[in-house]
Amino acid sequence: MDALDVTLRLVAVLLAFLVLPLLVGQTEHKVMAHMQGRVGPMYAGGFHGWAQLVADGVKFAQKEDVVPDGADRRIFQLAPAIALIPYLLVLVAIPVWPAPGNGGVGQAIDAGIFFVLAVMGVGVLGSLMGGWASANKFSLLGGLRTAAQLMAYELPMLLAAASVAMAAGTLSLPGILDAWEWWWLPWQIIGGFVFFTAGLAELQRPPFDAPVADSEIIFGAYTEYTGLRFALFLLAEYAGIVVLSALTAVLFLGGWHGPFADGLGWLWTLLKTALLSFVVIWLRVSYPRLREDQIQRVAWTALVPLALLQIALTGVVKVVM
Amino acid sequence: MSRPSAVFGSGLAKGLAVTFRTMTRRSHTAHYPDAQPELPPRSRGVIGLFEENCTVCMLCARECPDWCIYIDSHKETVPPAAPGGRERSRNVLDRFAIDFALCMYCGICIEVCPFDALFWSPEFEYAETDIHELTHERDRLREWMWTVPEPPALDPAAEEPKEIAAARKTAEKAAEKAAAEAAEQAEQRGEPE
Repeated sequence: MDALDVTLRLVAVLLAFLVLPLLVGQTEHKVMAHMQGRVGPMYAGGFHGWAQLVADGVKFAQKEDVVPDGADRRIFQLAPAIALIPYLLVLVAIPVWPAPGNGGVGQAIDAGIFFVLAVMGVGVLGSLMGGWASANKFSLLGGLRTAAQLMAYELPMLLAAASVAMAAGTLSLPGILDAWEWWWLPWQIIGGFVFFTAGLAELQRPPFDAPVADSEIIFGAYTEYTGLRFALFLLAEYAGIVVLSALTAVLFLGGWHGPFADGLGWLWTLLKTALLSFVVIWLRVSYPRLREDQIQRVAWTALVPLALLQIALTGVVKVVM
Repeated sequence: MSRPSAVFGSGLAKGLAVTFRTMTRRSHTAHYPDAQPELPPRSRGVIGLFEENCTVCMLCARECPDWCIYIDSHKETVPPAAPGGRERSRNVLDRFAIDFALCMYCGICIEVCPFDALFWSPEFEYAETDIHELTHERDRLREWMWTVPEPPALDPAAEEPKEIAAARKTAEKAAEKAAAEAAEQAEQRGEPE
């Protein structure tokens, strides 16, 4: 792997990181609007408001960057970066198209699943830091809720991912996809459901958005943020959607597998990611927010047992075969 | 609360189905600045003044709950209609203005006007950057008259409008009278034969 190759891969990942979250954001604007009988943004950019998020970005960049008096200044200013950068790192490790050796991926990592899940967990730290450093009771409440949610949902997420790793016999993401067969789809469906749901909860997306619940605690950990730092938190949310959808697609929906996978593998990955992103938006429009205790109950009494069941099922099938 | 007979998760699926169905249908958004709204015929947009009908009776200004109608007038004497008669005096309108910054669009002025000088117009695009310009003077109020829609048609079996009924009665009477006279003349012409 020479320097040019590395540079190209990194640029490609960075480009995807800058473009895909905005695409998801724009889709959310439009899909949510139409699901509510509206049309959404129509003016920015001329054609059906395609440049709405660009306009939003310009607006955010113009705003004053306020740090509250009592805030822990450096932690407060660092938090958005902590929230955003992990998703960029995760994107590096996601395989997009089949290729021998290194594969169609920014950087193939032997313990890919470990890396990806560990780094995704770091992203939530941004919310915790923001919540603690803001010197605001709503931020603190939001941060505490984030922490509780992280504790509850990291476990089923790990267990579900472990099931796939068991089935494939490897921790490498390209390795899992190499071992993937179509019948894994029904076999791992429970795990897929658990992984996707737990991922939603970690991203604090509705219906698991009690940590940001704007009608209860203003905007949780982000209450005191303004301007570009606030925009970075929002961007982190959408980057999170992309990463979660891509990971679910890779682990449970077969990633690049599909007709003409040799040439169109990347398209299959993107399609599956897009479909799951749509589902994320769809869920937001359809369901009301869960209460804090309901969120905990879903995790401990439904998702964890389901994940354990999936692991048992995977183990049994693996031994019998 | 889900009914006990319902399958678990059917409510969740129903929620998803509702939003998905809505997405596939046309949105309800009115594209206002791009497309003009279709307003009902009796929309209260702006008030037009038909100043030829105004007699400066001041009823509108007095009934207005917000005191947003300003009227100035003076008296003029008119020479007698018949020679040797008395001179008549007549009110002449100097200023008629409605301050739409105060107006609450109750329509009482239009209701009380006994001479049909005030009308509703559905025009509503007269926003201003200066509040003083929301006071529409006489000429501007007169201009709005051109936008007043014709009154809605009567119901199929409705009574005739009073004006038409009165006019028709007069015309019928005149026709009857003329017919009677004609008959009389014919009789007179017939007698000498």
